[in-house]
Amino acid sequence: MIKRSSYFFSYNILKLCLSLVVICSSNFSFAAGEKISYPQLNWSFSGILGTFDRASQQRGLQVYKEVCSGCHGMRLLAYRNLKSIGYNDDEIKAFAAENSVNTINDDGEVVERPARPSDKFVSPYPNDKAARAANGGAYPPDLSLIIKARPDGANYLHALLTGYVDAPAEKKVPDGMYYNKYYSGNLIGMPQPLYDDGVEYADGTKATPYQMAKDVTAFLAWASEPEMEDRKRLGISVMLFLLLLSALSYFAMKQIWAPIKKQ
Amino acid sequence: MSKSKFKNPVVKWIDHRLPVFSFMDHELNHYPTPKNLNYFWNFGSLAGFALVTMIITGIVLSMNYTAHVDYAFDSVERIMRDVNHGWLIRYIHMNGASFFFIVVYIHIFRGLYYGSYKAPRELLWILGVLILLLMMATAFMGYVLPWGQMSFWGATVITNLFSAIPLVGESIVTWLWGGFSVDNSTLNRFFSLHFVLPFVIVGVVILHLIALHRFGSNNPIGIDVKGTQDTVPFSPYYTIKDLFGLSVFLSFFAAAVFFFPNFMGHPDNYIEANPMVTPAHIVPEWYFLPFYAILRAIPDKLGGVLFMFGAIAVLFILPWLDRSPVRSSQFRPIFKIFFWILLFDCILLGYLGAMPAEGIYVILSRIATAYYFFHFLILFPLLPYIEKTKPLPISISEPILGGGSAASAFAMREKK
Repeated sequence: MIKRSSYFFSYNILKLCLSLVVICSSNFSFAAGEKISYPQLNWSFSGILGTFDRASQQRGLQVYKEVCSGCHGMRLLAYRNLKSIGYNDDEIKAFAAENSVNTINDDGEVVERPARPSDKFVSPYPNDKAARAANGGAYPPDLSLIIKARPDGANYLHALLTGYVDAPAEKKVPDGMYYNKYYSGNLIGMPQPLYDDGVEYADGTKATPYQMAKDVTAFLAWASEPEMEDRKRLGISVMLFLLLLSALSYFAMKQIWAPIKKQ
Repeated sequence: MSKSKFKNPVVKWIDHRLPVFSFMDHELNHYPTPKNLNYFWNFGSLAGFALVTMIITGIVLSMNYTAHVDYAFDSVERIMRDVNHGWLIRYIHMNGASFFFIVVYIHIFRGLYYGSYKAPRELLWILGVLILLLMMATAFMGYVLPWGQMSFWGATVITNLFSAIPLVGESIVTWLWGGFSVDNSTLNRFFSLHFVLPFVIVGVVILHLIALHRFGSNNPIGIDVKGTQDTVPFSPYYTIKDLFGLSVFLSFFAAAVFFFPNFMGHPDNYIEANPMVTPAHIVPEWYFLPFYAILRAIPDKLGGVLFMFGAIAVLFILPWLDRSPVRSSQFRPIFKIFFWILLFDCILLGYLGAMPAEGIYVILSRIATAYYFFHFLILFPLLPYIEKTKPLPISISEPILGGGSAASAFAMREKK
């Protein structure tokens, strides 16, 4: 009888695991709903041990600054946050000071002052309407969370940035719209942002659109999840602790129950 | 039995005047528990653990959260980025909701499989269904608080359901919203209710436990405990088993929190709520999907709402729908087959709830919904007339332990 019930138990567990997988994957397959599939790249930050590539992130910041930041803000990020991708205090101070923010002086007048490390990234437009007006009605989304806010975010963004191709003959591309093979509906308001040598990398890396897209994606992945490296590191210790606790409590349980089972 | 149980004089002094220690000793230590419980009986204590975890992390989150349409989204991001270990607390809370439902759903299906809802445990079961209902309300309102796109549109869709009520529907919706659309007053009241409902749940959980301890746990064989030879004291036997179960549960939970924190969420909720932009597909959290599928399966709006709530309502009267005196499925061959069909049906409904409401998905949703109600309303009452149940064992200790000796488990523990 004991044998039978434990048999039954493991059978049940299997079924439950299976059902959980079904539930989760149904949710997931929905999220990946659009039928366009993107090339799956090998990201340094994917997987449970993955970390960010500092050099790539720094190049990505350069791409963001020189290309994207003309239209896209990063309002949830502060300049001081750049410390965790390898910049020192002076570099951050200088980087922040290139921008200016409004403040109210002692006489109650609105004046400009250079941005400080404690300030959030200065957005290119004062408000959403100004952003739309400057971009033919299309709103350039804030990039602070873009990787988390899209299904399969990193691969999607990289595909989108490198997905500008000539439109097929039968496809009409209206004025102010551009053809992108990875964008839902293929017509996107953003013109192709990345061209060969669009930026000049200080470390000598060749600035191909593929490379620049990869770097800026690495940078934005960090901006979406700045806690990721800490999270995974802590996660490893917690998992080791829990596996040990599971093993110890299992053997303690077996020992305590042994006389009852033997009866 | 009650005199000089405690050696510590302070404990003794207090217990004489306020018998909390006696109470705990009686309910958590000596509490006789069937000795044949399998791992599915771990999920009650896991649900309790999940509730406490949600309350503790929730209180900490509320210290840093701003319930205002202009600040809610950013305040959550501030927790994720600037509050010390805020990301950890928030991810525990966010994934904790999913794990709470996983645990509770397993707990419910265990009750269904082993007939734990039958006399004399009807009220225990009904209180459990009430907890489920309160959990759903709490989870729904909690999902609105980060004020992302799914928060806003989920709130809009679900609150709009009440407009299906004839005559007063529209007024009720306006009353729920505190205005003419989901807006700041809606967010404020949802925050307020999301904070207070968990404590109502704690209250009902206490009643659930009182009802449980009246007759003790059901067990895999589903026959009553005949005497001390059928039970073991709760401690150490089930405290250690619950600790082991908790460790395994936490391992899965931690894996989600640390390595896949957004797996069960929807990417759109990282886009701030925008009343002017409707997402392509509005889907609720996974644990509502079966009910969402039932809602959409009915072509009539009011009908859909009634069937959706009806899916929970049938659970309340379950003890009177199933008239078979045999509790455990182990002795009910036909019931057992249909149990697995019901489980499959619920998972199928969950899958269909995530799919767009078109084509084959609509047809399948209708079949699955029909089966759900057939199972409870027709099959359950009829089955006792058709089914030939297997003979029940004489007692718990006989089939499991081959006629083992008397209350040695208690004696063994006293020796230590």
